[in-house]
Amino acid sequence: MRPIKQALQSKAADALPSLSTAVWRHHHVLDLDDFSREEIELVLDITDAMAEVLQREVKKVPTLRGKTVVTLFYEPSTRTRASFELAAKNLSADTVNLDASKSSVTKGESLLDTLRTIQALGADIIVMRHNHSGAPYVAARHINASIINAGDGWHAHPSQALLDIYTIRKHLGDLTDRKVVMIGDITHSRVARSNIWGMTTMGAKVVLCGPPTLLPCGLKEFIRRCLPSQVTVETEIEAAIRDADVVMPLRLQAERQQSGLLPSLREYIRLYQINEARLGLARPHALVMHPGPMNEGIEISPEVARSAQSVIEEQVSNGVAVRMALLYLVAGGRN
Amino acid sequence: MVAERTLLSPEDIRRALVRIAHEIIERNKGAKDIVLVGMQTRGVPLARRLSSIIQQIEGIPIPTGSLDISLYRDDLSRRPLRPYVHPTDIPVDITDKNVVLVDDVFYTGRSIRAAMDAIMDLGRPQSIQLAVLVDRGHRELPIRADYVGKNIPTSRSEEIKVYVTEVDGEDKVTIVTSGKEGGT
Repeated sequence: MRPIKQALQSKAADALPSLSTAVWRHHHVLDLDDFSREEIELVLDITDAMAEVLQREVKKVPTLRGKTVVTLFYEPSTRTRASFELAAKNLSADTVNLDASKSSVTKGESLLDTLRTIQALGADIIVMRHNHSGAPYVAARHINASIINAGDGWHAHPSQALLDIYTIRKHLGDLTDRKVVMIGDITHSRVARSNIWGMTTMGAKVVLCGPPTLLPCGLKEFIRRCLPSQVTVETEIEAAIRDADVVMPLRLQAERQQSGLLPSLREYIRLYQINEARLGLARPHALVMHPGPMNEGIEISPEVARSAQSVIEEQVSNGVAVRMALLYLVAGGRN
Repeated sequence: MVAERTLLSPEDIRRALVRIAHEIIERNKGAKDIVLVGMQTRGVPLARRLSSIIQQIEGIPIPTGSLDISLYRDDLSRRPLRPYVHPTDIPVDITDKNVVLVDDVFYTGRSIRAAMDAIMDLGRPQSIQLAVLVDRGHRELPIRADYVGKNIPTSRSEEIKVYVTEVDGEDKVTIVTSGKEGGT
């Protein structure tokens, strides 16, 4: 795997200036189900430009000077929130971080009142994470500011999917026909859902693998109707992971055992943990990815998490560049 | 009604670039410590051509890079819907060097203002100079070019179009008269 800086330089040196005709029409970024392939590629290409800024000694450009970006998180987060805040600051925007658990939400203030207040304070872009699926869509209907979804319930996490796609493209190039395997608690995973939309739009073949109790009801019917040739479901890890280009275990929450969806963590580990033996069934260049935070020893063995094939830390770095690209695109004007 | 008329042929462009290359060498008393930076999009191949001409004359390689000013523009909200950004790629440290910005058309000067801000963020050059293929007038900022291929006075309703082989498949400079206000 070439280091990022080398890869960027060779791309810039060979590339003749291109006249991209891609157009950006999104006032909000809620999910990837309404992004065309051209739009995703536009985000990825602009991410390359932002990654170059992040390699400078002074990682700042004046692009969003005078704009205010407010993060509003109803659920805890380390990487996503810090990532959006840093992305905004790198673009010279002013940032405010609101933690719902330390705000007037605890006094009973509603989501819409909170959002209207934030808008009245001068927010141009609101980055929100909420435990209810659909919350950012409600926000988008009632608020003029741009809404970026940082995760809503089990439903969507578009910036995570974009950084996953960017990471894969950086190492493996074109995603067409690449086999991307996501393993684990698909039912409760907004990362899996946004990745299903994003990766299939980029031409990849997605395999969803997990115990039947953690695969959503109606999944097979949904695939049959919407993405028949691109998504398959497997309950056997060996079949799923064989010849994979990307192996992405998802975090298994301990609560799943308590709620009766798993007989025991030990059984999950025995049947689904990504360990070195299973990773050996994938292609030799296969990437190991994880949205984080990891439960080392549960869905992923510590050896695999630290292996040479793991790009987990790089995903986090790429996340800042991807989010800079999204903020730039969304800030760039009304439709 | 739109009319497009050719003002510079490929030979005219070539001669202008050769003259500019000589002027750069003369002004800087040689080619040492020069870094050429082409502005996206058509300034980039022009910078590369200047680089190879100077190299032929002086016998030393000239570091050449590209700059995208999209992130430094002063008109984000009025930006057209096509927001592409190329990575900026300058292969050397510009501190203490003479940076020569290269652009195809010099008009209001706002792009050059943004370019200077970008260059200052990347280091502390000894000087920033500007080479343009065409100066069409109508400056809105107190900025001037050091090296000019051709001065073409225009009215605001006209447009200068530069075609370069590396991007458009041919070399020429045309003037487009449409009878409508426009331009940046």
